[in-house]
Amino acid sequence: MYFGLSEEQKSLEENISKFLSDNAPLDTIKAVANGEEEKAEEIHKGIIELGLSGIMVPESYGGLELNMLFATVVSSALGSGTAPVPYIGAYVMAPLAISLAGDEDQKNEWLPKIAGGEKVIGVGLSEFVGAREDAGIEFDKGKVTGRSLFLIDGKNADAYLLANKSGELFLIDASSKGIKVTELVTVDKTRTSVELTLDKVDATLLPGTSDLSVIEKVLDAGRLMLSADTVGASQVMLDKAVAYSLERKQFGRLIGSFQAVKHMCAEMAAELEPCHSMIWHAAHSQDSSAEDARLMACQTKAHVSEVGKQVSKTATEVHGGMGFTDELGLHYWFKRIGLNRQLLGSPELIREEAGKLQGFDQ
Amino acid sequence: MDLEYGPEYDEFRSEVINFIKENEDVKVSGPMRDESRINWQQKLIDHGYFARSVPKEYGGYGGDMDIIKLRIIAEEFAKSPIPKAMGGQGIQMLVPTLLSLGTEEQKQQYIRPTLRGEMIWCQGYSEPNSGSDLASLQTKGELDGDEWVINGQKIWTSTAQLAQMCFILVRTEPDAPKHQGISYLLMPMDSEGIDRRPIKQMTGDSDFNELFLTDVRIPAENIVGKRGEGWQVANATLGHERGSLADPNVTQNRLNSLIDLMKTETIDGQRVIDKPIFRDRLLAIQGRLMAQQSNALRILSSQINEGQDATLAKFIVKLQGTELRHELEGLAIDAMGELGTLYEDSPHLRDHGAWQQTYMYYLGLIIGGGTNQIQKNIISERALGMPKEPKVQGA
Ligand SMILES: Cc1cc2nc3c(=O)[nH]c(=O)nc-3n(C[C@H](O)[C@H](O)[C@H](O)COP(=O)(O)OP(=O)(O)OC[C@H]3O[C@@H](n4cnc5c(N)ncnc54)[C@H](O)[C@@H]3O)c2cc1C
Repeated sequence: MYFGLSEEQKSLEENISKFLSDNAPLDTIKAVANGEEEKAEEIHKGIIELGLSGIMVPESYGGLELNMLFATVVSSALGSGTAPVPYIGAYVMAPLAISLAGDEDQKNEWLPKIAGGEKVIGVGLSEFVGAREDAGIEFDKGKVTGRSLFLIDGKNADAYLLANKSGELFLIDASSKGIKVTELVTVDKTRTSVELTLDKVDATLLPGTSDLSVIEKVLDAGRLMLSADTVGASQVMLDKAVAYSLERKQFGRLIGSFQAVKHMCAEMAAELEPCHSMIWHAAHSQDSSAEDARLMACQTKAHVSEVGKQVSKTATEVHGGMGFTDELGLHYWFKRIGLNRQLLGSPELIREEAGKLQGFDQ
Repeated sequence: MDLEYGPEYDEFRSEVINFIKENEDVKVSGPMRDESRINWQQKLIDHGYFARSVPKEYGGYGGDMDIIKLRIIAEEFAKSPIPKAMGGQGIQMLVPTLLSLGTEEQKQQYIRPTLRGEMIWCQGYSEPNSGSDLASLQTKGELDGDEWVINGQKIWTSTAQLAQMCFILVRTEPDAPKHQGISYLLMPMDSEGIDRRPIKQMTGDSDFNELFLTDVRIPAENIVGKRGEGWQVANATLGHERGSLADPNVTQNRLNSLIDLMKTETIDGQRVIDKPIFRDRLLAIQGRLMAQQSNALRILSSQINEGQDATLAKFIVKLQGTELRHELEGLAIDAMGELGTLYEDSPHLRDHGAWQQTYMYYLGLIIGGGTNQIQKNIISERALGMPKEPKVQGA
């Protein structure tokens, strides 16, 4: 028995962290948040060079064919660095969906280009999870009409992967006629989001999505990635809080010597430490198609979101007034955790789903 | 126990209700000091719904100090969306301080314009190295002839960008023990030698500032209380700040908006409020708020019934109120789901992004006005009689 990351996984994590600390320090993140998109593009190129765009693509289509545990490691590292790059939609959910349910033409057309970092696919499953603003799409005779909100990695994407309410997935070329893209502005400036309005747009169905098993797997994967991103970001917030408590003095003492501050940090650690194990475990359950894989994905997303909320608040408090400033930049992590919490279902909605999975609604 | 305020108050309450009805459509807009705000503020003063017990000669309504009437006004205004009286540190902190400790000239000069919202104040207490440990502050004030000369640095000074005046704590008696060496001065913000730099906050706004003070000269008479008594003067008003940061009546107003929001937002066509999981969270928050409102009644009662002690009840207000408010705003975000993350000028934005803004802002208020950890120290030490932490030598 061995519960933990492999050497290979650890070194992948280190490589990404090193790349991000060299190439995406806080000043760069700030520049991106203030609209310097070219800087984000540079970082995006860098993670493609690291091979991250190919991790979920099968080897036969030019990818690395790594598993969900690897993908989780990557997501956590990207969350730690508040990396302003496409990943969860473009490089995990989309290639997974196409590999699982695409026909040969679709696979040949998209997978090698995803792996090679040439194409980005934005993913819109929000309406399948729970439709807001009466959004939703209808597929009829090869055409899609409707509205989809909060596409993950949808800005400047080359194509979109969308779901209808019955869980079928469609691919749409971004250059097709009848698409209106509206940018949505969220609190999290390290990632982008868009809304699509579609009027009889050409679409191709992923033929393998006639039952729910594929969209469920894709959704689980997305939720796991969001959880890992939150865990990575939360860990940084905790580490920063501890470090600050060892620098800052009040009443002639390091604030870290006050039991109140120690307890805040210890409570964050006590909540957060199991979350690392939980995301690995949940990822492994996906990889081994364990019976409780879905339940674990749901509970992981819901639980980690709650812990992230608590950690991001408490870590800010440890910093006192500094924590509330833009300059310190702690809020980039805070807001990233805040967005992750809502994407692909807030904790309440996901727990409802977890209950159903266990037949509690019968 | 007698919850009736008495028949004389029923009449008063209906007067207030009528006033609110008649003024339902009043809108104030624009920045602070906008005419519409000042006119509305004056109207509230004229009717005794604001600055009720402040003497007429200083610009108040000149009514009796009837706490029950104040309570009725607060209750009825909380129920309605009409604009509330302006607040701010001048109104909430400086005016009460001047009323009890200011000279006649200071009262004459400052109270009226402050109440009307024409004169805005900022609070110059915190320094880079003196936050929780405020009494360690180092900004110097030296008397030179008939002027104070101020040198040093302040930080986190809210609304300094709008303020004409600053009530500031400076060390004037460097040789005295730290709590006895501070004085409370009134500093015009257009004085020479003040370099103000805005600090951007996590919300994206820049409501607070750093103040670099170099040989700032202000008249010697601009001191409240005596030299070296500034700590006591400031403490008299910190209580006012802590109460006002988390007024349950204001939270009630916000809860009403949250209920409306949860009735309008839908998930798959179902109203959020119809989802038991969200409804339960809403009701739990309502329960906590009701407890805080009852607590406020007890505080009120202690103010009108001699001998009734509400020390502990008062000490918990800031801690409980700011935490509750932060959670309330957080529930609104969850109720909106992904839409709750929208900000700035995004399409589909609800209430101009106020829920996110306030969610973050109240995290700021959990820190500001004495952090909630410090509040817990105060509760345990001053109200529960537990021993203080051992002091570090020389601190
Ligand atoms: C939104 C906002 C508005 C503000 N407006 C103003 C203003 O207008 N004017 C003004 O003068 N100031 C203002 N402040 C400053 C505010 O009063 C200070 O930020 C606050 O007192 C904390 O001080 P600090 O930031 O130096 O944090 P620190 O004192 O450095 O605290 C850091 C951490 O250590 C903890 N800590 C410190 N000492 C102890 C202890 N003895 N026991 C346990 N824990 C401890 C704190 O709780 C906190 O978690 C504002 C702050 C905010 C956030």
